[in-house]
Amino acid sequence: MEDKFIKLFKETLEIEGIDIGLNTKFRDLENWDSLSFLSVLAMIDEEYDVIIEGNDFRKLVTIEDLINEIKKKE
Amino acid sequence: MATLVFENVGIKALAAAVPKRVINNYEYTDYFPADEVRQVVDKTGIYQRRFAEPGTCSSDLCFTASEKLLGDNEIRRSDVDLLVFISQTPDYRMPATSILLQDRLHLEHNTIAFDLNLGCSGFIYGLSVVYSMMERSGLRKALLLDGETRSRIYSPKDRKTAFLFGDAGAAALIERDPCFGKSYFSLNSDGSKEDLIKMKAGGYRFPSSAETMKERVVDEYGNIRSEEHGYMEGGDVFNFVIKEVPADIKKVITLSGSPLADIDYFIFHQANMFINSYLLKKLKLDPEKVPSTVSKFGNTSSVSIPLTMVSELQGKLDNRRVLLSGFGVGMTWASCVVNTSICRISDLVDY
Repeated sequence: MEDKFIKLFKETLEIEGIDIGLNTKFRDLENWDSLSFLSVLAMIDEEYDVIIEGNDFRKLVTIEDLINEIKKKE
Repeated sequence: MATLVFENVGIKALAAAVPKRVINNYEYTDYFPADEVRQVVDKTGIYQRRFAEPGTCSSDLCFTASEKLLGDNEIRRSDVDLLVFISQTPDYRMPATSILLQDRLHLEHNTIAFDLNLGCSGFIYGLSVVYSMMERSGLRKALLLDGETRSRIYSPKDRKTAFLFGDAGAAALIERDPCFGKSYFSLNSDGSKEDLIKMKAGGYRFPSSAETMKERVVDEYGNIRSEEHGYMEGGDVFNFVIKEVPADIKKVITLSGSPLADIDYFIFHQANMFINSYLLKKLKLDPEKVPSTVSKFGNTSSVSIPLTMVSELQGKLDNRRVLLSGFGVGMTWASCVVNTSICRISDLVDY
């Protein structure tokens, strides 16, 4: 799950050549902008059939937080 | 479960008008850096929009579309018994704009006329109201007018909304005729999500004041607007759409008793390309059956469905079965399956 999610996350944000791990704070990434939010929501819905509400999403900081949120709702 | 079924009522003719003034989205504003604008525009897939000139109202666009509709179909004005105007950008707070249009269009004094205050789902709500009034009454012809000047209500300094919205007006002629058969509607509302898309000030809960006019930075991205501007929480709206709309479409298809494959065209509210493409993918629809105008007209709220029919389906609607689906501010969402047995579409008018 972790490796697959990181791969999908990198593809969604078109990130190349940067190491991303569970502790990465995704909002600090250079490719992150206000529109990335939408792409990540779409990817999570498509791959995991999970919808993360805006208020919940705002509390998430790291890649691991995202994965845990998906696991919680799957 | 709010579903409705009507028999032998349908859209006989459609017309629409868009302002002449074309906004090229890449060049819309120099408030944001060019590369950032490009990124937003490419992602939302809205390259052009139409903006009404100062002084032009949604009612003017509807009036123009109505004149085209009445002229092209040689409709006697005294045969129009009902006029419904859908808009959230009316001429005045009172009287209702539909009443002004009754006079401008030289309709009789015994015409029923009223407004519906709804956004992106409005055309389908409007159809359901007009169909129900027409179905078992002696009313002869109805005009369903739908107009918006959304370009006026959003802050050009708020990148969440600055590049999305455009102006347009549409007119539909609705009549009873056995050729239309049955039509199926599903209408929904969820006021707990009132804060997702909103114009807060200017009503009676938050009257306009010097304070509501003040522009301020509203988020961590530096977007600027006042309480008089509309705003939209894009991520939450996206979640709402992907959760509710596919389910509602399945519901109305089931209600109609015939499979998804029997639908010739799916005409969605044109929100933005990101949301619309995702819906198409999620519902596994054939893109050939899903006409789109969002790249050239942007999001025109409730007008986007009839505008897309006029712009993309002229000459293609006779003896077709179509699904319409609108979703947005409220939040409200609505879908219907209707037969367009006879539907004459006028040329799109540049106003």
